[in-house]
Amino acid sequence: MDDLLREFVTETNESLDVVDVELVRFEQDPNNAVILNNIFRLVHTIKGTCGFLALPRLETLAHAAESLMGKFRDGLPATREAVTVILATIDRIKEILAALERDQAEPDGADTDLIADLERIADSVQAAAAPVHSGSTEQALGRPLRPGEVSLDELERAFRETPVDPQPVRKPKPAPVEERAKADLTKDDEAAKAGAQSIRVTVDTIEQLMTMVSELVLTRNQLLEIVRRHDDSEFKAPLQRLSNVTAELQEGVMKTRMQPIGNAWQKFPRIIRDLSHDLGKEIELELQGAETELDRQVLDLIKDPLTHMLRNSADHGLEKPAERRAAGKSSQGHIRLAAYHEGGQIIVQFSDDGRGLDTKRIKAKAIAKGLVSEADADKLNDAQIHKFIFAPGFSTAQTVTSVSGRGVGMDVVRNNIDQIGGTIDVKSVAGQGACFTIKIPLTLAIIAALIVDVAGNRFAIPQLAVVELVRARKGSDHRIERIKDTAVLRLRDKLLPLARLSRLLGIDGKDEIDGGFIVVTQVGSQTFGIVVDGVFHTEEIVVKPMSSKLRDIPMFSGNTILGDGSVIMIVDPNGVARSFGSTVVSQMAAAERTQPQRLEKSDDDTTSLLMFRAGSSQPKAVPLSLITRLEEIDARKIELSNGRHMVQYRGQLMPLVSMTEAGVKREGAQPLLVFSDGQRSMALVVDEIVDIVDDHLDIQVASATPGVLGSAVVKGSATEIIDVAHFLPLAFEDWFRRKDQTQRRRQHTVLLVDDSPFFRNMLVPVLQAAGYAVTAVGSAQEALALIDQGRVFDVTITDIEMADVDGFELAEALRADPRCAQMPVIALSSQVSPDLIERGRRAGLADYVAKFDRQGLIAALMEQAGLGDAA
Amino acid sequence: MNTDSEQVFNEYVTAMVGGQLFGLPIRRVQDVFLPDRLTKVPLASPEIGGLINLRGRIVTLVDLAYRLGLSRRSETSMAIGVELAGESYGLLIDSVGEVMNLDAAALERNPINLDPRLAAVSSGIYRLEEQLLLVLDVDRVLAIDTSAAAA
Repeated sequence: MDDLLREFVTETNESLDVVDVELVRFEQDPNNAVILNNIFRLVHTIKGTCGFLALPRLETLAHAAESLMGKFRDGLPATREAVTVILATIDRIKEILAALERDQAEPDGADTDLIADLERIADSVQAAAAPVHSGSTEQALGRPLRPGEVSLDELERAFRETPVDPQPVRKPKPAPVEERAKADLTKDDEAAKAGAQSIRVTVDTIEQLMTMVSELVLTRNQLLEIVRRHDDSEFKAPLQRLSNVTAELQEGVMKTRMQPIGNAWQKFPRIIRDLSHDLGKEIELELQGAETELDRQVLDLIKDPLTHMLRNSADHGLEKPAERRAAGKSSQGHIRLAAYHEGGQIIVQFSDDGRGLDTKRIKAKAIAKGLVSEADADKLNDAQIHKFIFAPGFSTAQTVTSVSGRGVGMDVVRNNIDQIGGTIDVKSVAGQGACFTIKIPLTLAIIAALIVDVAGNRFAIPQLAVVELVRARKGSDHRIERIKDTAVLRLRDKLLPLARLSRLLGIDGKDEIDGGFIVVTQVGSQTFGIVVDGVFHTEEIVVKPMSSKLRDIPMFSGNTILGDGSVIMIVDPNGVARSFGSTVVSQMAAAERTQPQRLEKSDDDTTSLLMFRAGSSQPKAVPLSLITRLEEIDARKIELSNGRHMVQYRGQLMPLVSMTEAGVKREGAQPLLVFSDGQRSMALVVDEIVDIVDDHLDIQVASATPGVLGSAVVKGSATEIIDVAHFLPLAFEDWFRRKDQTQRRRQHTVLLVDDSPFFRNMLVPVLQAAGYAVTAVGSAQEALALIDQGRVFDVTITDIEMADVDGFELAEALRADPRCAQMPVIALSSQVSPDLIERGRRAGLADYVAKFDRQGLIAALMEQAGLGDAA
Repeated sequence: MNTDSEQVFNEYVTAMVGGQLFGLPIRRVQDVFLPDRLTKVPLASPEIGGLINLRGRIVTLVDLAYRLGLSRRSETSMAIGVELAGESYGLLIDSVGEVMNLDAAALERNPINLDPRLAAVSSGIYRLEEQLLLVLDVDRVLAIDTSAAAA
């Protein structure tokens, strides 16, 4: 296509988008001359260019629209009808532009219908407008007109309507308007200046630049690596400069890819205007944070989901005015769209004050679609049921309307958001509205990733999905349990399904999970553990698209070149999540268990119970949180010693306690429930472990039987709830006395200050495993607040690079406070240089440890505070 | 210009794979390199030899011997760099030979009993003095069915 023509099409399309938005604003605020002038200017430019390029059809249309808008400037009220016709004209112009782009020529056809409409409205007003003016106060004079005088407006119109004048816009204006015009002129000047300072660059050019910069970064990294091996290299200083410039260059190029999210919203006011008309609803749209910037690529991908959600909100969410008034709300519905940055992510919130999600209908539909059984559905709370709207093939509209419900539902929205590594969640209160929260990464091009090792191969896992890192080893707090053949991780009060990355990827690796690392990962509402052999470090990686020959592999989302020049694959947490292959319900139930629900009512609190059988056929249950481990041992290994059953377990003799006379099996596998406290363990002998269920623990009948707290209805059947406290002394008479002793031996307390949740999550388990009681906070202010509250810690570990108050300042503040002047402060930093160490010494830091050196941190803790391994 | 009598020559980069001589149209060949620090891709189709970083670009290596149903002869392989649809590929070969300038008129059709896997990617055969040279159609060599890998 002709360059000139192409530029015209691009520019005109952009201008029309603006006109669209501005017109809707103008309709609501018809007295705002600034908006009108803006629209006028844009349409006028289009008209002018069309004439220049010999595009008569466009020119005629633009001219007719411009004439009508000219009337608006003369005081004609912007009626709905008038605006609708102008919008229709703009749509027509867009159609012609699309054809123009395709065929490089204006399509045949006439627009007499629209032009007739435009002229008709323009004429009708002219007649109506004149008498209004004659009676009103003449603004320029400040008094009513005397007989015989002609208002400036009239005069102006007379001038404009004389055929000699082809350019009504350039006419001098009457006094009251002049001031505004001046303001507009300066604005125009600024706009013109801004225009001269920006140039149009194709996306390809930017992508190309991005690739080059990535390569430059890589080369720089390799150079740095070489220089690091040679002490006193003369290259050091210039290389440092090169390094800084490269980093700035990278940032600069990244910036060129950023666009305000408002670009994706541009059409929204128009959509809402048309929708409220079509649906007979009154809708107010509030847009906040349109200037929030994000990567172009991400922007393109969320445009459609957001548009879809807007339509959904307007169609399903908001009620008709009568219905709203009946419910005691204002007849005007409100949709609010807000975007803001939060921790390297963009949060987009979509809320309306409509009727909220229809829980009953969602439930019925989920059952009808076979997503959940009726029995299971009854056990789900509202929030869990609401999540079904994200399930594939789900659409709540009862009727297929032209607005939504075309077979595309929230599941498609969720899919699109999943694709860019984002998450979506919904909260809804019946009668008050629904709020969707979308979290999306700022950019897809550069992400922080955790580099892991699987049988000698390295892989990257996007940090955004990583919740924490857990070391799986014998004797640690976090244990791996097996329920039948499924491995799960008991992490604090959660049970997480585990998947070995080596098995998912079909690599031969160790099958033993102990000793590996568990990357606790969250995708949407699903939390699970990915088991890897080792964890190296985190690295900012430049994501490169995968070869088309590899795109069908669901486990990978891309690949990258690491700083050392090697290529590695990026694991797609979504793919791993899907590999669990469980039904939607169990995923949701599992997720619910791990996520506290804010909307949940208190009587919805459920407890995870382990169901088992021992002795009688009546099921028994014990709260899962009390159990340390589930074991199945060979019955022949059980020894009888001193009249008691014992088993050798992890290098110790563990007593077995039987609940009934039935007692211990003679052969086969004997299931055990292991309870531990400190170094000691005991096991309860059971016949069969049945299930793990979540239910309300509501003991209805207290029991007189020792060892049984009472009976409760669990999963529909009467279940005995076991009193663990009864059995513990049966194993060790001193069980509770010993406990007092451990409590007397006070655990050493550590205050951990780090503004990165990732590091907090990573370090807390490390420190806990080493035997410290850890309090973690996200900022120096929070740390100081704790000290102010009178909290006392044995030692403080702080990150150096923190926003607002950094680690040095925190150390100085602590040093100045007499309450904690003696408390050692250990600093964590990703960079360690002699300068920093010196600065740290002056701030009173006791030690300085590199961020990833966990062993070093433990050693520093022991040395500095004289705190031995407290475990 | 005397087009009637003038011979048209095609230039080929020749390569040995599993003891067989192949020729690739020189226009399609970007470069020849020694694949270094290869990254295996789990779950990929067996034709995919892995990925390497070639001057900042990620190149997908295709195990040509596997693709052609031959057995690789040498351990240290070379790769011929080609491009398709903006993506870089490296065809793993045993060794690279000389560039040959062959008369287009001498290109013969594939014999009908040629192994179907070879016939599927070959656009013809030259009878050289010592051996046969199979001309590879790069597009067809890279038409790898990846749907099986996803399963």
